[in-house]
Amino acid sequence: MYNFEFKQPKTISEALTALKSDEAQALAGGQTLIPTMKQRLASPSSIVSLSEIPEMKGICKNDDGSISIGGGTTHADVANNSNIFPGLVTLAENIGDAAVRNRGTIGGSLANNDPAACYPAAALSAGATIVTNAREISADDFFQGMFETALDEGEIILSVRFPVPFLSSYQKFIQPASRFAMVGVFLSNFDNGIRVAVTGASEEGVYRWVEAEGALKDNFSESALNDLLIEPKGIIGDIHASKEYRAHLIKVMTKRAVKSAS
Amino acid sequence: MPDVKMIVNGKKVSGFVECRTLLVEFIRNDLQLTGTHVGCDTSQCGACAIHVDGKLVKACTMLALEANSCEVSTIEGQANEDGSLNFIQQAFKDHHGLQCGFCTPGMVMATADLLKTNSKPTELEIRDHLEGNICRCTGYHNIVKAILAASGQDTSLIAAE
Ligand SMILES: Cc1cc2nc3c(=O)[nH]c(=O)nc-3n(C[C@H](O)[C@H](O)[C@H](O)COP(=O)(O)OP(=O)(O)OC[C@H]3O[C@@H](n4cnc5c(N)ncnc54)[C@H](O)[C@@H]3O)c2cc1C
Ligand code: FES
Ligand code: FES
Repeated sequence: MYNFEFKQPKTISEALTALKSDEAQALAGGQTLIPTMKQRLASPSSIVSLSEIPEMKGICKNDDGSISIGGGTTHADVANNSNIFPGLVTLAENIGDAAVRNRGTIGGSLANNDPAACYPAAALSAGATIVTNAREISADDFFQGMFETALDEGEIILSVRFPVPFLSSYQKFIQPASRFAMVGVFLSNFDNGIRVAVTGASEEGVYRWVEAEGALKDNFSESALNDLLIEPKGIIGDIHASKEYRAHLIKVMTKRAVKSAS
Repeated sequence: MPDVKMIVNGKKVSGFVECRTLLVEFIRNDLQLTGTHVGCDTSQCGACAIHVDGKLVKACTMLALEANSCEVSTIEGQANEDGSLNFIQQAFKDHHGLQCGFCTPGMVMATADLLKTNSKPTELEIRDHLEGNICRCTGYHNIVKAILAASGQDTSLIAAE
């Protein structure tokens, strides 16, 4: 990788100042950015590490029952926290492998918005709010297509606020080489409705499967999905799985999510 | 060049590094501890697995500067004080848990990490914890067996070779 300047601020305000310099980029767990820099697909001239900022780490319960997860919280810390709801625990426990989970963070995962990443599905399904240094962005507005988000240059995710569904499940069909999702489905059941988010499948990145949400609202059972059709158009097809196969998996994984929701 | 200090296998070390120097490069090139291997460029193989402040990490996916002031353990620090193999290493040897040995340092570090929090892991828990460690030789079977043995469990519990 090309050389760069390295800064390790201790506070959010120092980090924001450091990120103002030209071609500066935030580094969280590095589990995506470092391999990307090795391939020279990214070559920032300055790296601003967020991992020494205590304010960005940790998990807490808010007065309204929602939970806030610091942007710099690792997948391992989410998996091991008792305030986290079942679908999100399963999700964090199954990201990559143990070493990746010890470094990778929720903020890094959401900011990267890989079309096969797990966290975007949880955020969109639970209707989370992404809290940055500048504003609060609802998950519905945050994800804007493959690797694209609403974040501006130099804007960082400080925390993510999740409403807690009374039932949830994350079902991931693992792509055996990368360990990412070939297709992943996150289901959240709230008093005021059901939200189903699909990752790994669409050329536009994570999205809500609204037809399934409607069908499950009337009849929360696997059979409610039987008659829904998913067109392969716009679905990712590659050497690991064809469009048709992924389209098929979406329904299979959604059924599994309904069956296992807790 | 910025300086970096850390404690590696109980010894204080320091050096000057470029900002882009990976932790694995510092360990192998500067400290000459070449037991930590590099098997890929994509953070997928686990040959570089070490512990930083007690946590399992991939040394190829961390900058040396990020480990400043940290405690690092590598395969070179795993043997018993008299130089004999520790119980995990001995079990790998006894149960033929390695062939070429390239993945073995990472496997041993991942195993040490697992046994710290789970002294009697099931076969499934072992395989799950080794998810990020790729072996091109053994087919994993004898590695799993070695880890069952290292944790004092009956190795006949897993299927025949
Ligand atoms: C072998 C392997 C397997 C993996 N498997 C999975 C998997 O199954 N599922 C999955 O979802 N992911 C998987 N990942 C990706 C992993 O979860 C990454 O940790 C994650 O995508 C990026 O988080 P990070 O903290 O490492 O971010 P980094 O790599 O440090 O950064 C990624 C990007 O986000 C930006 N960024 C980081 N933090 C912030 C912030 N707080 N605010 C704004 N921008 C920020 C950075 O500038 C960079 O552009 C895997 C990775 C590896 C290496
Ligand atoms: S060298 Fe392959 S994961 Fe580090
Ligand atoms: S023993 Fe050769 S790679 Fe594992």
